[in-house]
Amino acid sequence: MSDAAMDTSGAAPQPTKSLMTEDARTKKRNASERRFRYYGIAAIGTGLFFLIALLTAILTAGIPAFRQAVVEIPFTMTQEQYDEAEAAMLKTGIYTGYFIDGLSAEMKERGVDIEFDKAAVDRLLGKVGGQLRAYYRDNEDQLGQPIGFEVAASSRVDRYLKGTFTRGDLVEGNRFFMPEDFDLIDAMRDAGIVKQVFNWTFITGVDTGVDNPGGAGIGASVLGSFFMMLVVLVLALPIGVAASIYLEEFAPKNRFTDLIEVNISNLAAVPSIVFGILGLAVFIQFAHLPQSAPLVGGLVLTLMTLPTIIISTRASLKAVPPSIRDAALGVGASKMQAVFHHVLPLAAPGILTGTIIGLAQALGETAPLLLIGMVGFVARYPEALIDGFLEPNSAVPAQIYNWAARSDAVFTEKAWGGIIILLLFLITMNTIAVILRRRFERRW
Amino acid sequence: MSFVKLTTSALALTAMAATSAVARDQVQVAGSSTVLPYASIVAEAFGENTDFPTPVVESGGSSAGLKRFCQGVGTEHTDIANASRAIRDKEIKACAENGVTDIIEVRIGYDGIVFASQIDGPAYTAFTQSDIFNALAPKVMVDGALVDNPHTKWSDFNADLPDAEILAFIPGTKHGTREVFEEKVVAVGCEETGAMAAMIEAGMSEDDAEDACLEVRTDGRSVDIDGDYTETLASIDANANAIGVFGLAFYENNTDKLKVATMAGVTPSTETISTGEYPVSRPLYFYVKKAHIGVIPGLKEFAQFFVADELAGPDGPLAAYGLVSDPELAVTQAAVADEKVMGGGS
Repeated sequence: MSDAAMDTSGAAPQPTKSLMTEDARTKKRNASERRFRYYGIAAIGTGLFFLIALLTAILTAGIPAFRQAVVEIPFTMTQEQYDEAEAAMLKTGIYTGYFIDGLSAEMKERGVDIEFDKAAVDRLLGKVGGQLRAYYRDNEDQLGQPIGFEVAASSRVDRYLKGTFTRGDLVEGNRFFMPEDFDLIDAMRDAGIVKQVFNWTFITGVDTGVDNPGGAGIGASVLGSFFMMLVVLVLALPIGVAASIYLEEFAPKNRFTDLIEVNISNLAAVPSIVFGILGLAVFIQFAHLPQSAPLVGGLVLTLMTLPTIIISTRASLKAVPPSIRDAALGVGASKMQAVFHHVLPLAAPGILTGTIIGLAQALGETAPLLLIGMVGFVARYPEALIDGFLEPNSAVPAQIYNWAARSDAVFTEKAWGGIIILLLFLITMNTIAVILRRRFERRW
Repeated sequence: MSFVKLTTSALALTAMAATSAVARDQVQVAGSSTVLPYASIVAEAFGENTDFPTPVVESGGSSAGLKRFCQGVGTEHTDIANASRAIRDKEIKACAENGVTDIIEVRIGYDGIVFASQIDGPAYTAFTQSDIFNALAPKVMVDGALVDNPHTKWSDFNADLPDAEILAFIPGTKHGTREVFEEKVVAVGCEETGAMAAMIEAGMSEDDAEDACLEVRTDGRSVDIDGDYTETLASIDANANAIGVFGLAFYENNTDKLKVATMAGVTPSTETISTGEYPVSRPLYFYVKKAHIGVIPGLKEFAQFFVADELAGPDGPLAAYGLVSDPELAVTQAAVADEKVMGGGS
């Protein structure tokens, strides 16, 4: 055969040109390769462009949420005032009234020489009653002492100081803001009463009513998301890994296991809202678990994440060379020892990657939470660790969704700020996964 | 290995606590997205002013809220349904089938529905119900005859309106707002323009004609918005010629982006709505499951707190946000205090 090959090549005319000079066909092939490279670069460029556009949009819209206009004055509340407020039905309203009195007096003292009335001060102030009441209830001994309070200013003051609400934007007949209020804010800023500070409330606070954008924070929902992810991790990882080890290493290959395999792949493609319906029917109405609880949210998201974890775990188990198993079995290890001592550690990086992808997907999910009551107004921190699972809470994407639907522009800003927090949460999770993967990674 | 132990024990603990903690200590509310802002204000104040935990308020629409409310009695079901319309007979029936028989109806006040357009757009500053009907109905009266709606511009049927393409964003059918829009605007316009009379003349029964009156054209000039007002606002932002339907409170919070139209010559405001001059308004309700009072801590207190003068009265925070307070609030307060259920019982 080799002789014949030699013969035919010998019969063909020998190329006279050097390999270094390109003929037309080579040129064409090289050009097509170059073109392909350009396509690739263009594809990456497009992706990068959209990534940068997205990040710029998120950052420019969201970063203002981390700053907040506050009113800072020393304020004294007497025992009588406290008793009067505590006897009323709407206690926070009385507290607010006294704070407005205190603020008005302080403004006069600091030389704010613009005419103003209490209604104007009320328009400039956010909701302060809740904060004051919470403070004095915990510190009754502070009554009668001047306390330096830092309370949120109203949303329009906030937007004015940030430059997103200007004198030109004001339309006549706005109940929430009068044209002369601008001068008052300027005077208060000059007197050092109103200023911009870093918005810790946004990071640590809970959701607030629609008329209190200044006090709203994402902290509680971050905790809600955290507890949900904990449930997902603790349930989905062991169940997913055990299922895939069994299917991959132990299960006989027959029609039944084929059926299971097909169904797992199908499950991965089921729309997430379906899991929400299932969660409502099974966990809440049948098992009587509490509504709006991160535990139920976690269970629902576990169902959603399981197929992703199983599929990726099986892929990484398959990627471990059979020689490793054979070697282990050859020196007398049992099948289980071979899997747990040799195959699983080698597959760990892949399993971790799959888990993180699944968790990231679950973290950003809102649709299933809609049906189990986690998308709504949930304004509270869990009181103890165990309550973190059982007390009603929201989740970060649900909180963002809620804020985006509110009419006050400051809430829209907070929704964007929430996206930044969500991204940070995600990056933290991914970083932990990368570090763990590095530690476990083995090459052969 | 300690990590594994830790997680398994944490899991076991959670599972145990979950099975024991069936009792719920917070009020659970679901329903109308129009009532949600008010309910969230009250819920926050309730948490701040009492020792009860802050109630959880979900939205999802009046119908969805009432459906969940009617699913049964027990801590796994909601305690209160918010609605931007009165409960329907068939919903009461559905409730009764699931054992929810004693329902307390609480009217919290009124909400105005306004028509608004982009602030830089054409001057839609005056509408009548007939204008809206002429613009959006599938069949309208032209020269005394009922024909398929030929209008493409507002000026086609009313020379006082701008020469701009018709495009309207109206609430989707799952919203309680849609019902008010149909009843107080479209149906009135249908009658005023004579379209209803023409339909009946053409051989339709009165009921059929009433239903036919409420239809809107399907050629893309009337767009249903199933989301909330922010979605309508975004659509208005993108279409200079469009008009949209908003709640009064939402409009008042966005006066820098929207300009409002008068309806039948009346400017919408809390005053004109409370006097009844402005025609497009509706009562807002919430419904309380009486069987849950005494089981869920703070349920009755929350209902009473909601309608107290300090909250729902004309000087309260709800009115400040845009709710038109109910002149007969005292009657509602007494009804809540007595746990007066619907249907005359006590």
